[in-house]
Order: sequence, then structure tokens, then C-alpha cells
Amino acid sequence: MNWRRRHVLGLSDFQPEEMEFVIDTARSMEEVLSRDIKKVPALRGKTVVNLFFEASTRTRTSFEMAGKRLSADVVNFSSATSSVTKGETLLDTARNIEAMKPNILVVRHSASGAPLFLSRHVSCSIVNAGDGANEHPSQGLLDLYTILKVKGKIAGLKVAIVGDILHSRVVRSDLHSLGRMGAKLWLCGPATLAPREMERSGAVVTSDIREAVRGADVIIMLRIQLERQKTAYFPSLREYSRRFGLNREIFSLAKEDAIIMHPGPINRGVELSDELADCERSVVLRQVESGVAVRMALLYLLAGGSHAAH
Amino acid sequence: MLLIKGGRVIDPASHRDGIGHVVLEGGKVREILAGDAPGGFEGEVIPAEGKWVVPGLIDMHVHLRDPGYEWKEDIGTGTRAAAAGGFTSVACMANTNPVNDSQEVTRHIVEKARREGSANVFPVAAVTRGLEGKEMADYSELAEAGAVAFSDDGKPVENPLLLRRAMEYMRPFGYRILSHAEDSVLAAGGAAHEGWTARKLGIPGIPSAAEEVAIARDILIARQIGGKLHIQHISTRMGVDLLRMARRAGLDVTGETAPQYFTLTDAALEGYDTNAKMNPPLRGEDDRMAILEGIQDGTIDAIACDHAPHEAYLKRCEFAAAANGIIGLQTSLPLSLALLAGRKVTPSHLVELLSAGPARILCLRNKGTLAAGADADVTVIDPDAEWEFRPVDVLSKSLNSPFLGWKLRGRASATICGGRVRHSTIPGVAADA
Repeated sequence: MNWRRRHVLGLSDFQPEEMEFVIDTARSMEEVLSRDIKKVPALRGKTVVNLFFEASTRTRTSFEMAGKRLSADVVNFSSATSSVTKGETLLDTARNIEAMKPNILVVRHSASGAPLFLSRHVSCSIVNAGDGANEHPSQGLLDLYTILKVKGKIAGLKVAIVGDILHSRVVRSDLHSLGRMGAKLWLCGPATLAPREMERSGAVVTSDIREAVRGADVIIMLRIQLERQKTAYFPSLREYSRRFGLNREIFSLAKEDAIIMHPGPINRGVELSDELADCERSVVLRQVESGVAVRMALLYLLAGGSHAAH
Repeated sequence: MLLIKGGRVIDPASHRDGIGHVVLEGGKVREILAGDAPGGFEGEVIPAEGKWVVPGLIDMHVHLRDPGYEWKEDIGTGTRAAAAGGFTSVACMANTNPVNDSQEVTRHIVEKARREGSANVFPVAAVTRGLEGKEMADYSELAEAGAVAFSDDGKPVENPLLLRRAMEYMRPFGYRILSHAEDSVLAAGGAAHEGWTARKLGIPGIPSAAEEVAIARDILIARQIGGKLHIQHISTRMGVDLLRMARRAGLDVTGETAPQYFTLTDAALEGYDTNAKMNPPLRGEDDRMAILEGIQDGTIDAIACDHAPHEAYLKRCEFAAAANGIIGLQTSLPLSLALLAGRKVTPSHLVELLSAGPARILCLRNKGTLAAGADADVTVIDPDAEWEFRPVDVLSKSLNSPFLGWKLRGRASATICGGRVRHSTIPGVAADA
């Protein structure tokens, strides 16, 4: 397959073959990661800038690790406050960085569509590392990869995603990655956070976690974003946990070999009970592993690699 | 003397629709002659054969950004855009800097318009001082200085008691409040119509109910005290229904919509197009259909474009940070003419919506009609002209329009304001700058 993409802004226009191609490349990367010396010279001389306008440790670290494993020079630019409040526009900030001639900008921003906007105005490649409530494509791909590793297939699986659907960019990317590969998606959360319009995506929307989990092959629990609670979407964390938390009893409704995923960071005892977070069916840490490999694959392909690395 | 010869004269206020020759003299309409054109006419002749000749169009909802934001627009450029779009009169909103809540600002607008304007400018003054929603402005002296109505447009008057008192106080004087109907708590944080497009794009939604709750509240207050109310930029189905209900109840409540609300839907937001960002937001297809129905059955009294110029960088940014609003004065007429194709309105009804209606709502004497003695404000329209709206055509200082690049049908061939030709595309007819 010829990789013609200059940017990775979202999965909305990724066809299954292209996702499989990225996953194949990620597999080769994972092989690199299993070696003693976990580094290849594929991106030597290339510069990757992590341009993060929103607090993030794990995604930034994962991209940084991915870039370094490929021998790229990785520079982190973080701005906790948005460019708007700082007085400099997003475009000005990006153009300043661009003037320093990086090859790839990895962008996280609180505004949906911000990486797409930048891609129209800068000449380097853009990777979306999460924009507002729009997409988080590398997460969508690493979720796909993780499930493939464990289940061997996607088509026909029942995948329940539980939590704050409304504000989740993970959901919107998973809908494309898992949905397009043939999984049946169930979106579950308080009605205030699981809008009915989401049914237009082809998913089932419900506020009944039992219904969502019953017979599921994969359960993805989303972090309840306490920091988003400017106005309350539900009465209390206690009530939330009671209705929408995953515990042993609810989990027993799922298929016997069901797995639990979480994009992290976990609020233990809120969306996920302490014991389930650490149980053998939780693949949370394998997601993190897959994440580095998938991000290596994306950086590698964007930097000009055309097929699986060796 | 000026003769507009041989056009189809459409003047709903005097129930006229037929070929005629309009004679203007001394800034007034002298007469309209039927039959052959008068021979030996001494004065300028505007040939209007095959065109419509209508009372000068009136846009009752524009932002001229003057004083205070002259880099976005000023009275000169805004009224030149108006004239090019066929408008001889505009009513400008009070959210200037300083806010138009004092005689000084009202006079500045009136006087600057007289000096530099290419169209008549009717200031709308603030309902509350500084648009802060706390205290009433001094309505009588604002009206004396030239304010034709009152509005906090850009934001609602949140406090229902204050709105009630203002409307009630104004009632004996006949002043009308133009309401930007929005429940700001329900709308808080939103940037697009709450529907599938916003959900898909991950943009926080503005529910239709945010507008409808406020429209209902304002209407009920008007009913309680018998006040005069006008609902601005109606964008939702239930908004139209509420206005219809108010009308059936015999209330003095009028309403406007904008071309963008019957032309576009929230689908225009795909790709995070910031030129499709406005408030109220572009709604769904069902809302758009309801706006068309409201126009067709006469519920909606006026089309007003909510011309809202913004400098480029406020739109060249991430969607959430982008400013609300679009320019509209040069596209309002062709987009409205498109209603004819769908047989939603007759030509006469269209003139009602774009001229007679706003004149009546704002009580603009001698405007909105071509009856003898009316002001010599006339628009000559070529309803079939096909043209593309390009950036070079824009006379505003700002280019924030989702309609750039659109192929449009119909435009103003000539705009005559107070007997002076202020815009012309007719060969041999020169316009005053």
C-alpha cells in the first residue's frame, strides 16, 4: 500500500485497509521494542515537535518515546493555557514553531478541529494527539491494535464504551476504527453525557450499563472528567459510580473472555472498581504498550517510510 | 429630476405591481406614470426595462461597528456595501464602543452617516446602559437624537423584570424593543446548533430551547403589559410557531429572520468552517423548512441579514475561538430572491419582507413605499442577473462570509437614496461615490 497521507488528523476518512496497514507497521515497531536496544535510525535527522496546548503526560510521553525510539529529535512545547488567553493566536504559535523547520507537529488542543485548521496553514505534517471532543486518532488505532492482539479479530465483537461520551474524543475515534472494522458499539452513560444524536453514528446509546455490558467482548471505561464538571451533569460521584461504575457484579454479565480497557488515567473506585482495574482481564497496560508502537508507526509513515520497518 | 423608466414597479404598500415610470423630484417620489414614457423629460433617465423598481430596501439589523471598531467596518464602508446590495436604509445595533446608550453616540452615528453614508442609517439604541442588563437607558433623549428602536442585540436582556419595566415604560411612547432572544444559561459554552453535526464534530451545542425559551418569555411579558416587541434573527421551528401564536393572540409582536437561516443548515460547519459560525447558530433542516413556512404564511415580517463584520484573524483560528457572525448586506437580496424559485413568496411579498415590513416595524415615515410624497429611495433589481460573489466584490472592510464563491442570481442594478444614485451597474448611469 502507498501511504499518501501528509497528516493524521482523525480516523473519519481512514478505510479499513489503511488502518490494517498502520497496524502491520506497528507490529514491526513492536518487534523493535522487544529488542535489547530499542532504537532504530529510521527518523535520524528528523524533528518531531510535541505541541501541547492542554495538559497531558501520558500521550506526550508516548509520542516522545515513539519519536526517540526512531532516532528523531523530539522537542516538547507545552502551554497549559490556551493560546487565546495568552494573547498569541494558535496560528502564530504554530508558525513560530514551523519556522524552526520541524518535520512533524504532534498537536494537542482543547478546541475541536484545531489540528485540521493548522494543517491548512503550515507546511509540515500534523498528527492530532487529541482535539477537544473531536478525535484522538492514535488512541483509536491503539485500541484497535490492542483488541486485535487479544481477540484476533474485530468484526462481530460487541464493544461497550461507558462514561462521558459527550466530551470524549476517544469515542469519536473508536467509532471510526472499531466501527469501520465491524464491531458493534454500545455507548453508555448518563443521558446528560450520552446524547441521543450519537445513534446517528450507528452505535446503540443507552443509560443502562447492564444492557451495554451483557454479552460484551470488550468494555472500554472512560475517565469521568471531574475537571469538566463546571455545571453538574449528574448528581454526585457516588451516584455515578452506583449507576455507571464497572464492578465485579456488572462485569459478570459480559462474555467469559471479555476484556476491560481504559484510555487512562483511571479514577479508581469511580468508573472502575479497584479490583477490576488490576484483574487479569484488564488490558490497560497493554494499551499503553500498543500506544508507543502505533505512534512509532504513524511518525514513521508520515516521515516517508512506505512499508513495515525492519 | 430623475426618471426610472419602463420597469416593473412593485410597491405592496400601495398595492401596485405593473410596468410604470417613477418620477423623483426634490428627494421625494413625485408620481408614477403608466403607459408610454413621458417625452421630453428634462433630467436623468435610468432605463429599467426588464427590471423591478421597488421601494428602497431596508435592513433592520446590521452592525456598522462605528464608533469603536472601525477596523472591522465603519459607517462609510458599511453603507457602501448596503447600497451595492440594494439597501437604501439600515438600522444599526448598539454594541459599539462606546455603546450607543447616550445621545452623543446616537448623534455621532446620525451625523457621520449624513456626511459619509451612502445609505440612510437609523440607529438602534441600547435597552440597558452599557448593554449590562442592569439599568434602563434614557429612552426619550435617545429617540430625540434619532434612535428608532431599542435593543441589547448581541446579548439578551437577561433580567425578566427589567425587560418588563423597559417595555412597559416605553409603551405610551410607542417605542419597540428588538429582542436578541437567548437564554444565556441554556446556551452557555455552546458554539453550534445542538444536533448531529455538533455531536459528530465534538463542538459544544446551543440547544434550540435556548432561543425558544427566551422568545416565549419575551412574548409573555409583552402580552402581560401590552408592549411592542420584535424578535430578532429567528432560527428555529418552535421560534416561528411562538411568533405565529403571539400574532394569533393579537399581540403587537413582529419578527425577522436572516437569509443564512433559510439558506444554510449546520451541515455548513463540516470542516470547522468558522465562516459558518454565528449566533443564533445555523440550525437543522427541519428548522430551515419552518423558517420558509413562516416566511410563506406571513408570520415572519422582515428579512434582515445581521451584517456582522469581523477582521480576518478572528475567523482564521480554531472553531471554538472564532468570533460569531457574518457579513450579509451584499448577499441578502440574491439569497432572498432565491425564495421566488421555490415559489415560497411572490415578488410583492419579497418587497414587503425587505422594505415595507421593516419600515412599518420601525415606524420609518415615508419609507418602504413608492407612493407619491414618499422619500426618493428606490432600488432597481435585475432578478435574473447571474454573478459570482468574489472577495473583490466585497465593499465591507471584512470578508467573513460563507457565501464567497457562490453563484448567485439577482442583484441590485441601481440604488437610489434620497434621489441620488448611490450604486449602479446600468451602463450610462453613474453613481455618486
